[in-house]
Amino acid sequence: MYATTYHRPKSIEEAGQLASEEAMYLSGGQTLLPTMKQRLAAPESLIDLRHIDELKGISVEGRKVRIGAATTHFEVASSDALAKVCPGLCHLASLVGDPAVRHMGTIGGSIANNDPAADYPAGLLGLGATIITNQRSLSADAFFTGLFETALEEGELVTAVEFEAPEKAGYAKFRNPASRYAITGVFVARLGDGSVRVAVTGSGADGVFRHSGMEEALAGNFAAEAIDGTTVDAGALMSDLHASAEYRANLVKVMAKRAVQDAR
Amino acid sequence: MADINLTVNGRTVSGTCEDRTLLVQFIRENLGLTGTHVGCDTSQCGACVVHIDGKAVKSCTMLAAQADGAEVLTIEGLASGGELHPMQAAFREHHGLQCGFCTPGMIMTAVDMVRRHGGQLDEKTVRHELEGNICRCTGYHNIVKAILAAAEEMGAGAKVAAE
Ligand SMILES: Cc1cc2nc3c(=O)[nH]c(=O)nc-3n(C[C@H](O)[C@H](O)[C@H](O)COP(=O)(O)OP(=O)(O)OC[C@H]3O[C@@H](n4cnc5c(N)ncnc54)[C@H](O)[C@@H]3O)c2cc1C
Ligand code: FES
Ligand code: FES
Repeated sequence: MYATTYHRPKSIEEAGQLASEEAMYLSGGQTLLPTMKQRLAAPESLIDLRHIDELKGISVEGRKVRIGAATTHFEVASSDALAKVCPGLCHLASLVGDPAVRHMGTIGGSIANNDPAADYPAGLLGLGATIITNQRSLSADAFFTGLFETALEEGELVTAVEFEAPEKAGYAKFRNPASRYAITGVFVARLGDGSVRVAVTGSGADGVFRHSGMEEALAGNFAAEAIDGTTVDAGALMSDLHASAEYRANLVKVMAKRAVQDAR
Repeated sequence: MADINLTVNGRTVSGTCEDRTLLVQFIRENLGLTGTHVGCDTSQCGACVVHIDGKAVKSCTMLAAQADGAEVLTIEGLASGGELHPMQAAFREHHGLQCGFCTPGMIMTAVDMVRRHGGQLDEKTVRHELEGNICRCTGYHNIVKAILAAAEEMGAGAKVAAE
């Protein structure tokens, strides 16, 4: 790892003031530190977000959910309040990495990184969540823009995510047994207005994406068999040593069905 | 440079290191506690697991500076006096190790697992929660056996007691 300077701000404002072209936010560090160890990132300074209380915690008021950016995967997976209104997201968080990774890794770090095989991008896109930053609010549709790409400007800090709890939601993941990232993961949510959102991670050549064919089919009939008649275009999917695009196209349908079956 | 103050295995320690120093380096090199191992550089093997403020964490994926002010428990802090912790004793009893390289991380992960689940651990949960710990020798069967045996011995009270 190259030399760096560590900062520990206590507020969002102070963190924002420390931001610069050469600095990076350090949340759980479960992606950034391995990347720095491999010298694939070399920020001159690190702005630790773990000691900023206003970035932490889960609040549920009626159907409105707010999760602070520095809330860990473990906290999301084990939140009783969240499990009452959206157990599908708790389930998703419980499948991220392993217990030690979940104790440190955070929702804000995961979505800011937007790894094409990460779980949270599918969850938040599937829920139609709003991403709150220290500058503005963005829909998940506008936030995730491509492989490891988001709409975040330089120095912009994700502070929280918000969403209306869906009527039902489920997540099914086919994991790479070595890395535990998704080879394909599908999050399905039926929202309060009866519309359905289907978000796919691990597969898209441009990262996380929605599948409108499945959304329409499931809005008409929220059952696994509704997915049989839909098609997944392998041309828009990734091929790598883990799985071919054609195999992933099949997995997307299989995972979507399981997500519907498991939706609660 | 970073000034680091920690409570390690109940003892207050302090030291100075570069900001980029990993917690595992600080533990091994500055504190001389070499029970915590480094088995990979990709954050995947779990040989380096310690407890930070009561939670299992990979000490190769945390800076010493991030841990400043925290309570750290390493494998050296588990036994009390001359007596092995029940988890250590169970690994010995059930042959949960061969070369022993992964063992400190396995045991720290296992103790954390029992803390969270109490005596209600089953084989499926143990296997799922060992996903971040890699063993090249044992084939895991005896590790799982040891954890289940220790969980039973530590009992359902373990979860409550730790909270
Ligand atoms: C062994 C292992 C297995 C894993 N398995 C999975 C898996 O199965 N599924 C999965 O989804 N992930 C997995 N991960 C990644 C893990 O979920 C990370 O926690 C997550 O990707 C990044 O979150 P973090 O809090 O650790 O962020 P960090 O590593 O601290 O930061 C990641 C990036 O986001 C930026 N950033 C962080 N917080 C903010 C913020 N609030 N605003 C703006 N930018 C920010 C940082 O500057 C950095 O560029 C795994 C990681 C490891 C080590
Ligand atoms: S040394 Fe920490 S996970 Fe391998
Ligand atoms: S006993 Fe040798 S690596 Fe586990």
